Amino acid sequence: MIMFESIILILDSTVRVSTPLLFACLAGLYSERSGVVDIGLEGKMLGAAFGAGAVAYLTANAWLGLLAGIGVSVALGLLHGFASISNRGNQIVSGVAINFLAAGLTALLGQTWFRQGGRTPSLPEGGRFREIVWPFAEQLRDVPVIGPLYSELLSGHNLLVYAAFLAVPLTWWVLFRSRFGLRLRAVGENPAAVDTAGISVTWLRYRAVIACGALCGFAGSYLSIAAGSGFGVNMTAGQGFMALAALIFAKWRPVNAMFACLLFGFLDATGTRMQGVAFPVIGELPLQVFQALPYVLTVILLAGFIGKAIPPKAAGVPYLKERS
Amino acid sequence: MSAGQLPRWVDFGLIPFVNLVAAFLVSGLVVVLIGENPLDAVRILIWGSVGYAEGFGFTLFYATNFIFTGLAVAVAFHAGLFNIGGEGQAYVGGLGVAFACLALDRYVPWYVTLPFAIVGSAIAGAAWAFIPAWLQAKRGSHVVITTIMFNYISFSLMVYLLANVMKKPGSMQPETRTFEDGGRLPFLNDLFPSLGFGYAPVNLSLFVALAACALVWLLIWRTKLGYEIRSFGANATAAVYAGISPVRTIVITMLISGGLAGMMAINEIMGSQHRLLIDFVTGYGFVGIAVALMGRAHPVGIILASILFGMLYQGGAELSFEMPNITRDMIIVIQGLVILFAGALEHMFRPTIVRLFTPSRALAAKEA
Repeated sequence: MIMFESIILILDSTVRVSTPLLFACLAGLYSERSGVVDIGLEGKMLGAAFGAGAVAYLTANAWLGLLAGIGVSVALGLLHGFASISNRGNQIVSGVAINFLAAGLTALLGQTWFRQGGRTPSLPEGGRFREIVWPFAEQLRDVPVIGPLYSELLSGHNLLVYAAFLAVPLTWWVLFRSRFGLRLRAVGENPAAVDTAGISVTWLRYRAVIACGALCGFAGSYLSIAAGSGFGVNMTAGQGFMALAALIFAKWRPVNAMFACLLFGFLDATGTRMQGVAFPVIGELPLQVFQALPYVLTVILLAGFIGKAIPPKAAGVPYLKERS
Repeated sequence: MSAGQLPRWVDFGLIPFVNLVAAFLVSGLVVVLIGENPLDAVRILIWGSVGYAEGFGFTLFYATNFIFTGLAVAVAFHAGLFNIGGEGQAYVGGLGVAFACLALDRYVPWYVTLPFAIVGSAIAGAAWAFIPAWLQAKRGSHVVITTIMFNYISFSLMVYLLANVMKKPGSMQPETRTFEDGGRLPFLNDLFPSLGFGYAPVNLSLFVALAACALVWLLIWRTKLGYEIRSFGANATAAVYAGISPVRTIVITMLISGGLAGMMAINEIMGSQHRLLIDFVTGYGFVGIAVALMGRAHPVGIILASILFGMLYQGGAELSFEMPNITRDMIIVIQGLVILFAGALEHMFRPTIVRLFTPSRALAAKEA
């Protein structure tokens, strides 16, 4: 029974850790499916976390915070679009620039506005998304098996956690069942064909980077106003890059993305709990093994040793209407 | 709109300059937004970085780091590869320097240790670039993504090694023991006290960096391998038809690139810190991207861009001291803007400039 409860606890924190990854991973999915490679996920998340933290502190309203987070992130997404779609600049370089800008500006403005070493002050009541306790969760808590499953694992998360997991079927539907999704996928594979059909490649890709920005906005806001209680300098700490790894691991598919993020979250959650635990044969594993594992797995996957990860064909290639 | 249509000084001088000006104008706006006077900020920044000898020494110290990481990115650029893993390669390069210094520092003077440290750092950095290179060449996995992953893997690896394997016995700090004199490069201030560099950690590795620039220039423009690298970068398909092996070119270029990034550790570890410690790279690898973009992947350009970024680092430190509102994060913002304007938005001003220069050239052609 103790075993079962600790598994539930690990799964519970898996869900919490996976949520921002999942948002960012789905964000990257929209962008890369449209042919715009985005390694600026990290920067957008960070910008959103700051925007959300700052506005939620000033207004004591979590919803306005979320809105601000999305706003900042979409603005950075549009900058990426301007550079890489309108000006046909190098998408990698643009993504790197956005990561730098977000890292610098959030810390700089945070210090200038709030004077707490770049942090935003602790959020007031109402500035955070609170845990939602499902009906009868308290009463069912002591029922064996179902109790912990229902009260710990399903109930007691904040709204954004549920939103992240609802975004998965939604994304699947948008990409694979809607006209917009069909065109989006087409423009990532063969923009010339989409262009020939009389559909604007530019506008489609802009809509994709806006969707990407919005989802990164959720990811960042989750960090500062749902999981945390304020913005901290560099609080994303590489999660945007981990989301990128998850996206590759998921082979650019929404449902796989969810499982990839859950796997990465699970590794993270177990890593912290497995410190000092000796395994049979291999002995005690250092925490760093768990931290590095998602990246190692992604590299192995990229090498084609466990199935092949094939990116959208036009990803990374700016579209030029007429070759001169 | 190929580069060849413009006079060289426009292509390599004016356009980067215009991009740089745009980046600094926007940086100025950020300073205004914070409520400070941008002209005062520029004055403090320039004074702090080149206005007095010790400050200039710090500028040169930072520039040394950027020359190495900038060259690393530039060499890969020439082959059309984007090595975004300089951060990890430099970090692992620290292992090579540390091994050489820890093994030799008690027995031989620094000038015997130095070649081993150079070779060690280059081998360690190159080794860290080898797997992404091999995967790109053989399995087609994109080098950008794999090098990002390898950056993160290197962070975990180094934390593990420093906290568990290489730690000084009896210490709680995750770092190696401090090197003895045989593992320390002389500071330029000790060699040339009259220069007045004071406490600036600029050291002999500056000359190693300049030598690396010369060697890279020779390699890229004066050797067969360099020709192959440039051909491959210009048009990989054509290069393959011309009999250039893509696998060989990719792997060798990335090894050179990783080795150069790894050599950054000489300046930090053997030149300044005198011990291997956590997080000594702190973004120098990424700044290499900006340096290579600014310097147009040419060694001379990279030296100039490195000094510029060195000024930003040193001047930025003075700035945050004089104007507490402007923290050192301002440097990161400026870097981001430079990368944005010089890299991602390089095509923004180009059509206008081309239009400005084309009529006069057409006229000149008619008269001739």
